Amino acid sequence: MRLPCPLCGSRDHREFTYQGAAVMLDRPAPDAGAEAWDSYVHLRDNPAGATRELWYHGAGCGAWLVVARDTVTHAVFGAELARQVRR
Amino acid sequence: MVELTASAPFDAGMERTIGAVTLRAAETGPVTALMPYAGQERALSAALERAHGLEFPAAGRMTSAGQARCLWSGLDQAMLIGVEPDPALADHAAVVAQSDGWAALTLTGDAVADVLARLVPVDLRPAAFEQGASIRSELGHMMVILARTGPQQVTVMGFRSMAGTLLHELENAMTALAARPKG
Repeated sequence: MRLPCPLCGSRDHREFTYQGAAVMLDRPAPDAGAEAWDSYVHLRDNPAGATRELWYHGAGCGAWLVVARDTVTHAVFGAELARQVRR
Repeated sequence: MVELTASAPFDAGMERTIGAVTLRAAETGPVTALMPYAGQERALSAALERAHGLEFPAAGRMTSAGQARCLWSGLDQAMLIGVEPDPALADHAAVVAQSDGWAALTLTGDAVADVLARLVPVDLRPAAFEQGASIRSELGHMMVILARTGPQQVTVMGFRSMAGTLLHELENAMTALAARPKG
């Protein structure tokens, strides 16, 4: 598996660490309520198909990436810097 | 005050040739990490140009002017090598002395890409890793900076605390490659 780092180019997956679904970028407001925070911290979809995930390029540029890929076909559609997605 | 004697990561003048590759200890001079503050990369680049005659490198690139080289080494980070940093750089970036934190080697010869192919998961053949390229990747399990510093030469910079392992990994790969039958 190779991931297309926006800074480093196509790199082997051994350089990356998987974090989880990219929903971690959508942090609720501090006063959003118990339900929103419970969902943010604990509840995840388990999609068969297209997903957006956070990967850390620890053995490369050190950036957090949002990687779009398909869990069924294993196709990797692309990656963006997480800090640009957040902006 | 105790006067401490500086020691180099590798023996001075260390040179090993195995097969078609020669490995040498490289003298880096001062090494300084430059990490531009948010939105300050252009200002830092201008200050670098004024002080040292080179620009802040784009991702995956190296700039050089005389003794000074600036190697891209990660997101918002580059290593200024060979010169003491101008104090004006600190207006635009975190400037951190790392001279004693790095150990540098050069690999020279026809089979440099073949040796590194055993250790680094990136295509380092001259056509894909051309003059002026500087990347961050891993060598074995170590983080390194790799820079193309000549048509047949790659400079490898690793953490000084891992200098012995870096040398061991490279010598192993050189020995194993040289042992393969030709052809």
